[in-house]
Amino acid sequence: MVKEMATDKLNAKNINVFYGQAHVIKDVSMSMEANSVTAFIGPSGCGKSTFLRCINRMNDYIDGFRMTGKMLIDGQDIYKKKVEVEALRKDVGMVFQKPNPFPKSIYENVIYGLRIQGINNKSVLDETVERSLRQAAIWDEVKDDLNKSALSLSGGQQQRICIARTLAVEPSIILMDEPASALDPISTAKIEELIHELKSKYTIIIVTHNMQQAGRVSDKVAFFYIGELIEYSETKELFINPKEELTQNYITGRFG
Amino acid sequence: MRLKEKIIEGILLLCAAVSILTTIGILWVLISESSVFFLKVPLTEFLFDTQWTPLFAEKHFGILPLVAGTVLTSFIAIVVALPVGLTIAVYLNEYAPKGFRKFIKPILEVLAAIPTVVYGYFALMVITPFLQQIFPQMAGFNALSPGIVMGIMIIPMISSLSEDALYAVPKSLREASYGIGATRFQTSFKVLVPAASSGIVVSVILAISRAVGETMIVAIAAGQQPRLTLNPFVPVETITTYIVQVSLGDVVQGSLEYQTIFAAGIALFILTFVLNNISFYVKKKFEEKYE
Ligand SMILES: Nc1ncnc2c1ncn2[C@@H]1O[C@H](COP(=O)(O)OP(=O)(O)OP(=O)(O)O)[C@@H](O)[C@H]1O
Ligand SMILES: [Mg+2]
Repeated sequence: MVKEMATDKLNAKNINVFYGQAHVIKDVSMSMEANSVTAFIGPSGCGKSTFLRCINRMNDYIDGFRMTGKMLIDGQDIYKKKVEVEALRKDVGMVFQKPNPFPKSIYENVIYGLRIQGINNKSVLDETVERSLRQAAIWDEVKDDLNKSALSLSGGQQQRICIARTLAVEPSIILMDEPASALDPISTAKIEELIHELKSKYTIIIVTHNMQQAGRVSDKVAFFYIGELIEYSETKELFINPKEELTQNYITGRFG
Repeated sequence: MRLKEKIIEGILLLCAAVSILTTIGILWVLISESSVFFLKVPLTEFLFDTQWTPLFAEKHFGILPLVAGTVLTSFIAIVVALPVGLTIAVYLNEYAPKGFRKFIKPILEVLAAIPTVVYGYFALMVITPFLQQIFPQMAGFNALSPGIVMGIMIIPMISSLSEDALYAVPKSLREASYGIGATRFQTSFKVLVPAASSGIVVSVILAISRAVGETMIVAIAAGQQPRLTLNPFVPVETITTYIVQVSLGDVVQGSLEYQTIFAAGIALFILTFVLNNISFYVKKKFEEKYE
């Protein structure tokens, strides 16, 4: 039992979330292995983002937010008092729906996470920038003008800069909330390819409305419906042979 | 219905016209009166002479001492108001609970509603004696004390406008910063303040304009002695106080002494006009950035 838990990167136990009176996550339990890609799917408002943001405690500042249950990362309860939220968020990186680079240079964007840790050693920063941009598959496109404002890039490039910014602090988990929904098909394909490559080093959770995308990038899929986790299984299994009728109806597009 | 619309439109146009005409009128008076002045006093003397003594027997018409007094007191005010105002803005925006913020903002704005004559005597009777204990060489009238008090007066301008600017920074930037492990302090000063910098600059410029135009506080506590100096411990005079001093005095209308106030007025007008234009320009840049 103890051993089994130790192999799980993430373990959510009976998670309930309330915004004021609204009960938006209902008794969700699930676990994820290290170096896997998990996709969250489900209709709008079913709680995918809320659950995702529980994993790096991004909901903490929201008025009226309340959570019960246990969220374990590497066996540690991240909602324990002694846990430093800042350290947690370095380990659990997040990529948002809309690319959100800072109005700074590409270089400064990528090393933001190091700067706030007080790392100012030029050679460390330079190396981090190159490594992260390469990992995010955008090095070749921007290597000659790292001092250019990140805002001058295209949306798809900006999103990869944001991914590089997340990778720069070497997290072990990356949360992606519809990372490609604001992007064109070519940029989307690049991000998906990237997810494949990152899998070897990171545990990835991605929220998506795009069934094909979920099918292409993920090992397992979790289907949420009005705050409940309806089905959670291997990607192929869930798409070819769903156990629940709700899942079946959703993936065949009978409701959206 | 049509007619009603027309009447409303007419009234609105009239209101706009009144304010524009007032501005033109003021400009006209300033220019026509000071042109008489500049016929008698060469512009070079006005700009480069280091003394301003129009009311004395030996007359000098160098505006520099008044400009120096104005710049010095306003500078001291900003040195006080910017850090305090910005800290308050950051606190209200990123730290304070919502309820507290609603409660504290109106209280702050009271600072701006206190009559300036009260501030003036506060500077003269409270701040100056207090400062004299720290700096014994300080004169009873000086630039430092009214400067500090003006700073206190313009704190709400800076804190309120800066807070609006900070609040307008897209939530996504905040989340990007928190999401990578930044503290509130780091998020505030490394992301929010830089992203809101143009709005903050606008608030500072407006606050400077306010300080430059302030009359009562400096008239009471700064000493009304034109002096070309940047020493905060000695009496100085600002452009506005000079204008008040002369208009309250018994100079003959139409005399050269009388016309000096229009020349001083035009210097003041140009100063605030430039400041307002800078703020307008910065604001436009700011709007472009977040369109
Ligand atoms: N800050 C908030 N305060 C109150 N209620 C919220 C807040 N954020 C989300 N909710 C509610 O919680 C529920 C779940 O929202 P959530 O954003 O997690 O859904 P989602 O599955 O991510 O939807 P989408 O696919 O549209 O992004 C919704 O009913 C939403 O209205
Ligand atoms: Mg969402």
